[in-house]
Amino acid sequence: MSKTAIISAKDVDVFYGEKQALNKINLDIPENKVTSLIGPSGCGKSTFLRSINRMNDLVDICRVEGSITIKGQDIYAPEVDVVALRAKVGMVFQKPNPFPKSIYENVAYGPKIHGLAKSKTDMDELVEWSLIKAGLWKEVKDRLDQPGTGLSGGQQQRLCIARTIAVKPQVVLMDEPCSALDPIATAIIEELIDELRNNFTIVIVTHSMQQAARVSQRTAFFHLGELVESGATKSIFTSPEDERTQNYIMGRIG
Amino acid sequence: MTDFITPSSQLKTRKSAEKRFQWYGRGAIIASLVFLVVMVGSILYKGSGAFTTTDVAIVVDLGPEAVDPANPQDARFEKIVKDALKARFPEATKRADRRKLYGLVSNDAGFELERFVLANPDKLGGEVRVWFRASDDFDILLKGTVDRTVDESERRLSDQEIGWIDTLLADGDVKRGFNWSFFTNGDSREPELAGILSALVGSALTLLVCFCFSFPVGILAAIYLEEFAPKNRFSDIIEVNINNLAAVPSIVFGLLGLSMLLNTFGMPRSSPLVGGLVLSLMTLPTIIIAARASLRAVPPSIREAALGMGASPVQATFHHVAPLALPGIMTGTIVGMAQALGETAPLLMIGMVAFIVDVPQSILEPATALPVQIFLWADAPERAFLEKTSAAIIVLLLFLITMNLLAIVLRRRFEKRF
Repeated sequence: MSKTAIISAKDVDVFYGEKQALNKINLDIPENKVTSLIGPSGCGKSTFLRSINRMNDLVDICRVEGSITIKGQDIYAPEVDVVALRAKVGMVFQKPNPFPKSIYENVAYGPKIHGLAKSKTDMDELVEWSLIKAGLWKEVKDRLDQPGTGLSGGQQQRLCIARTIAVKPQVVLMDEPCSALDPIATAIIEELIDELRNNFTIVIVTHSMQQAARVSQRTAFFHLGELVESGATKSIFTSPEDERTQNYIMGRIG
Repeated sequence: MTDFITPSSQLKTRKSAEKRFQWYGRGAIIASLVFLVVMVGSILYKGSGAFTTTDVAIVVDLGPEAVDPANPQDARFEKIVKDALKARFPEATKRADRRKLYGLVSNDAGFELERFVLANPDKLGGEVRVWFRASDDFDILLKGTVDRTVDESERRLSDQEIGWIDTLLADGDVKRGFNWSFFTNGDSREPELAGILSALVGSALTLLVCFCFSFPVGILAAIYLEEFAPKNRFSDIIEVNINNLAAVPSIVFGLLGLSMLLNTFGMPRSSPLVGGLVLSLMTLPTIIIAARASLRAVPPSIREAALGMGASPVQATFHHVAPLALPGIMTGTIVGMAQALGETAPLLMIGMVAFIVDVPQSILEPATALPVQIFLWADAPERAFLEKTSAAIIVLLLFLITMNLLAIVLRRRFEKRF
C-alpha cells in the first residue's frame, strides 16, 4: 500500500450467485487523484466500483470476499454502518438521475438527511457552494425552485454531481458519467472532474480511452474479471506492460 | 424513369385488414356506449319521479276544543286530520269509504300536523289550511304511473278516490314540489316518506372505516413486500395468496365477518364498523396489488440515487419511491373503494340489511348501505318504491362519481409536487 492510498483493495472476489465477476483484485487508489477504471463491457469494472460504497449489497445474490479498506478501515466489517459509508463515498451514475423535485431540494436532500446544515442560511450556502463546485450555479441560480428533471442531460448530470458533493464525501465514484451526454456536455464534466480532484478522491469508470487519458492520473485495466494492469495513466497508455492492455488500447479487443 | 417503389401485391389486403380492425374497434365502443346510455337513461327516467312529491291542502280545525293552547302537544292530531277530511268530503259515510278517504294523505299526517302546530303556535284558535304529504297512490296517480282507464277492479284507487283527487285538483288544493324529504328522511314503510339519508350516511361511514383500515394497511404491506421483504419461497407464497384473495367471492368475506367479528369478537351487529372491516378485507388485495405495481414502476435509478447519497432504505422509500408511486396507489385505492361502495353480499351476512329509519350517528350504531337499500326497495311491494329504487341508484352513482372526482383532484395535487 502506497503512502497516499486512501482506498485499498486486497484479494477482492465478487460473486453473483455461482458466477464469479471479480477475481483477486488488488488495487490501491491514491487520495485526491482521479483514477479511471477501463476495460471491455462485462469485465467487472462497474462491479468493483460498486463494491467501494457497497451498492452491491442491493443485489441479493451478490457476495464480496477479500477486503476493501478506506483510510485503513475495513468497509465490509460487520459493525460498519453502510449508510454512513455511502455518505463518505458518494456516487454519480451512468444516467443522470435527479430526484423529481426542485433543483434546490435535489442538492439539499443529502445535507438534510445527514444533518449537515444547522439553519436555512447554512443550507442556502451549502447548496450554492455545491452548485458552484459543480459548475451549475450560473445557469440555475434564478430557477432553483424549478424541477431538476427539466434541465438538459448535461446539466442534470452536473446537478447529480452537486447533489453528491453537497454531502461532503471524501471519495466520489463515477460510473460512466458521460456516456449519456453529447461531446460538449462531456467536455464540461471532464473539466469539472479535473477541478473536483482538489477536494475529492475520484474513481471513474469509463468506456472512452480518450476520457481516461484526459481526466485521470491513474488507470486500472480490467479484463474478464481480473485486474490486468494498473499504474500512472501516462505509462499505461504509452507503454503498457501487458499484451492485453496494449490490444485493448489499440482497439483490438473489447 | 424507373419505379423505385412499386405497389406491393399485399397492399390491398393490408389496407382492408387495417380498415376492418378499425371498424371492429369502433363497433365495440358504440356497443358499450349504447348499453351505457340505455342503462343510465332508463334509471334516470324511472327515478326522476322520486324527486318530486305531492302535497294536499286541507282545512283543519285548531280551535280550543281540538287543541288546548296550554298543552298543544297533548292534542289528538290524527283525529283532527281525519275530522278535517270528513268535513271536506262529507259523502263518505261508510267505514270502508272513510278508510279510503283517510288514505288520501300519508299515515304520517298526524305527526305533520303536530310539527306544524308546535312550530306555529300563533295559528291556534281557528280553522287553518295546512299542507299534508299525499299518500303514495295519490302521488303516482298524478305522475301518470297508474293508468286511469283500466278496469276499477284492477286498480288500487277506486273511481271514488280518483273522484276526490280530481275535486282536490280542481279546487287548487294539490301542489307538486321537490321531494326534499327524500334526502332528509331515513327509510320508511310508506313510500312517500321513505328517504335515502340513513343509507347514504351508512355507506359513507362504512367506506370511511374501510378506507381508514385498508389504505394504511394496504400501503404498508405493499411497501414492505416490494421494498424490504427478502425474495424467497415464503414471500412467493404470500404473493400468490394475495392474488387469490382478490378473486375470493365477497360473500365469503361476509361469512368471515359474521363468524369472526360478530360472533368471536362480539362487535355490534349491523354497524358500519363491522361493515367497513369486512369490505376492507375485500379492498385490501386490490390496493396491495395496485400499490406494488406502481412501486415497481418507479425507476430503480431513483432508489439508487437516494441510497448512493447515504439515505437509509426507509428514507429512500418514504422520501422518494413512495411519493412517486402515490398517484398509482391512489388509483388502485379508488378502484377498491368503488367496489366496496357497490358491494351488497357481505353486508347482508353481517346484518346491514336491516330496516333503518334513524340516521346512524356513529360507526357503532345499526346502519344500512346504499346498495342494500336499493335491494330492499326493489323488493318492496308498493308500486311507488319502483321510482325510489331508481332514485337510490342515481344517488349511489352520484356518490361514486363524487368520490372519484375527489380522488382525481387529490391525485392531481400530489402529481404537481414533482
